Amino acid sequence: MASPAGSSPPGPPHVWADEAIEAVLGHLLRAGVILAAIVVAAGGARYLMEHGSAPPPGRLFTGEPVNLRQVGGIVDGAVHFRGRAMIMAGLLVLIATPVARVGASLIAFLEQRDRTYAALTAFVLAVLAAGLMGWAM
Amino acid sequence: MVIVPMLTLLFGVDFRYAVGASLVSVIATSSGAAAAYVRQGFTNIRVGMFLEVATTVGAVVGASLAGLISTSLLGVVLGLVLLYSAFVASRPRQEHIVGTRDPLAVRLRLDGTYPSLDGEREYHVQRVPLGFGLMFGAGALSGLLGIGSGALKVLAMDQAMCLPFKVSTTTSNFMIGVTAAASAGIYLARGYIDPGIAMPVMLGVLSGSMVGARVLTRTRSAALRAVFALVIGVLAIQMIVHGVAGRF
Repeated sequence: MASPAGSSPPGPPHVWADEAIEAVLGHLLRAGVILAAIVVAAGGARYLMEHGSAPPPGRLFTGEPVNLRQVGGIVDGAVHFRGRAMIMAGLLVLIATPVARVGASLIAFLEQRDRTYAALTAFVLAVLAAGLMGWAM
Repeated sequence: MVIVPMLTLLFGVDFRYAVGASLVSVIATSSGAAAAYVRQGFTNIRVGMFLEVATTVGAVVGASLAGLISTSLLGVVLGLVLLYSAFVASRPRQEHIVGTRDPLAVRLRLDGTYPSLDGEREYHVQRVPLGFGLMFGAGALSGLLGIGSGALKVLAMDQAMCLPFKVSTTTSNFMIGVTAAASAGIYLARGYIDPGIAMPVMLGVLSGSMVGARVLTRTRSAALRAVFALVIGVLAIQMIVHGVAGRF
């Protein structure tokens, strides 16, 4: 905001800060998506080695096994290089990416001392956390 | 939006697994395209964050309801949403820029500027409560059917709130991923997300969206929109027929 007079268009000071935030958030998003894609692709390769000759899944709904419905079970399977769990771990990274973006926005609004938006963002983050823990209404 | 009809109608995948895979694809598209959009800097993060209060709560409500409704009825609802989307896509999108300020939008600091041919132009957000309500509906449909609800978001942001295209497109894309993330956990906990189905969908959609955001942003022609509307319309009717016949 300490730009020389006349060199920047007039406007409320928060405009520039918001743009800086957006740039950081963009990098965060890209990193998250790329990481998720790498993990899913690696898991996909393992999965095809393990189950590639089986018939395609999903014609009959049986629900996923309990260990693939929880973060703990997914991480446990992924560190043992089980294909299905590795894919799920990548999907968790993918799901976490927009959540991290909201978290970064919360920090940014707190730094701007924008209480209204910090509160709104904290509320959104709480809803996301509840959803991620599988708390349906 | 076409993931659920394609997986169920073409590949015979169970409706619930298709919804789970579709939610994953929605997050992948949104984040993949957002990474490309962000550099353009039109996203209004205040509008986005304010409306996310409505879309995330709506998504949790929708995902909760999805467990109680039969998949055939869900198929019919999805068909109707697709029909509406086909209708929206078949008509030229109209931009409404309003010069007057709305007191509520001013209090929430939602107004902003966007770059145009004549330099930075101001826009003033209108009808905040209506837009908020529509976004709750968009979030609920997203949670119910595992879709991005782009058509309803266009209605809320372009028509009700009078945001310029460049702002509404990028801002709604910003919100779609967050909205889908709100219901993804619920679907995961229910065992609707199958790695064998979600993996090819996620990788395919992600590569497609990264290429698409680069190639298609400036080449969206009327013909492309007509083809899109036609495909969506056909899929919509098939979904409704299938749903009414109870074949999901």
